[in-house]
Amino acid sequence: MIISIASGKGGTGKTTVATNLAVSLESSVQLLDCDVEEPNAHLFIQPVVEEVKTITTPVPEVDMGKCTLCGKCNEICQFKAIVVIGETVLPFHELCHSCGGCMKVCPEKAITEVGRELGVIEIGHRDGMEFLHGRLRVGEAMSPPLIRKVREHTRPGVLTIIDAPPGTSCPVIASMKGADFVLLVTEPTPFGLHDLKLAVGAVNILKIPCGLVINRSDMGDDRVREYANSEGIPILMEIPFDRKIAEHYSRGEMLVEAMPEWKERFKDLFHQIEAVISHRTSGGL
Amino acid sequence: MKELVVISGKGGTGKTTILAAFAFLAKNKVLCDADVDAADLHLIMDPQIRERHDFDSGHTAVINQDKCTQCGYCRDLCRWNAISEHFVVDPIACEGCGVCHYFCPEEAIDFPLNTCGEWFISDTRFGPMAHARLGIAEENSGKLVTLIRQQGKKLAEEKNLDLLLTDGPPGIGCPVIASMGGATAVLIVAEPTVSGRHDMKRVAELAAFFKVPAMVCVNKFDINPDEARDIEDFAREEKMRVMGRIPFDPVFTSAMVQGKTIFEYDGHSGGARAVKKIWEDLVQSL
Repeated sequence: MIISIASGKGGTGKTTVATNLAVSLESSVQLLDCDVEEPNAHLFIQPVVEEVKTITTPVPEVDMGKCTLCGKCNEICQFKAIVVIGETVLPFHELCHSCGGCMKVCPEKAITEVGRELGVIEIGHRDGMEFLHGRLRVGEAMSPPLIRKVREHTRPGVLTIIDAPPGTSCPVIASMKGADFVLLVTEPTPFGLHDLKLAVGAVNILKIPCGLVINRSDMGDDRVREYANSEGIPILMEIPFDRKIAEHYSRGEMLVEAMPEWKERFKDLFHQIEAVISHRTSGGL
Repeated sequence: MKELVVISGKGGTGKTTILAAFAFLAKNKVLCDADVDAADLHLIMDPQIRERHDFDSGHTAVINQDKCTQCGYCRDLCRWNAISEHFVVDPIACEGCGVCHYFCPEEAIDFPLNTCGEWFISDTRFGPMAHARLGIAEENSGKLVTLIRQQGKKLAEEKNLDLLLTDGPPGIGCPVIASMGGATAVLIVAEPTVSGRHDMKRVAELAAFFKVPAMVCVNKFDINPDEARDIEDFAREEKMRVMGRIPFDPVFTSAMVQGKTIFEYDGHSGGARAVKKIWEDLVQSL
């Protein structure tokens, strides 16, 4: 089972929910932090890292000894990542989407592929839980290929919890696609509501069932609850604003360790998610 | 013309709230919302839209079933597994590379241009604004950011305004890179948490990578004054200017709920006074 934790708006508490949910469950859990631009889950999980893999994406290299400057590579590339200028061919590696079109089209077989570093994947564990995250190389623009590489480590048969990045564009889709459930974490403010609606739109495009966690639930107003009710999105948990929670978070402390009464609530959250999924797969809704 | 871009690395540190407050204080400026993926600035600015344009960018493959002989060559070529065994392209998985379209022996694959969002030129009570909405699940956010900033600059030139105030996106990826290139300076809004410190370091590194001068302010500093000091110490070591601190103040949320800047809601609040002081210093150093 794959549960993806997303939000639309940043800073609503995705990582808090993902990490505390992951450590609260007794079953076999794998936590994937797919917010590869700004991964934070490791700061709370403090995993023992066992393996670091450098992840690259293929980009073209041109053998000018074979190139006849025919320009076919320039013509096929949709991303202006390979350009014929005068007597030479310039590949712009940072613009390349790694489709392989230029290599395929080259009649002289003058193009081969080398790797552009996207970042690293770090793999470790905390007690029995497997932990993985991607760290995008600073200066690298494209996060979806690294997110997809992180997700290739999904192990069937265990519960996989994914901490997704904020927003609703390609990196978020790459982190939600194929999940059995999306848990949306929001705050009851106008910004929270606006971005929640966008996130629900993305979840609907992917046809995944979703539920809501309302964080800092006593700040702001009631419009998020009204929206959830009108859309039939279940509110599965509310976390009130508590300065103590904010302070524990600021120090990198897990909520369920600093305030153990939360452990049962996160277990209950998981049981509610299970109930939604089994209701759906048994033909209801 | 000068451009200040507000970024943060981590989401939800208060970029938009602080930028909206600057909009109240700044003179002769154009507002620009470069967080096209989850744009929120309009919720405070209440823009009156004067111009609306489609944002066309990128292509998606579509297989014409009448011409397709199901030879399978496109499926072999596609590196995104975007073509199903029944030869239907999943538009979400399609990267828009056009390789299948180019090589299909039956010329059965169309490759139409996508409309992946809208962009707007608007009037607000604080002056003109350029903003956009990227379609849900769409790509090309970096290109839309670049376009919006160009439109903002054009607006400023037309109206003889000398400052562009740009609300940037979270993260360090393509839309953030697109939002900071060529800016006069970025202001990094950090929060005093282990996550906030981790993320501001990465976005500061990004600004250094692209040689954009960076300044730092700590929002909600009193949630963890030790973390706030660590962030400021790091900023000074990296030769970034520290622009002051903003306290945790529930007035920010109350103002947002009413669609107001903090100065319109309660100009005497602790939060408002702190933002005013930061703005006065910022104007000097831009």
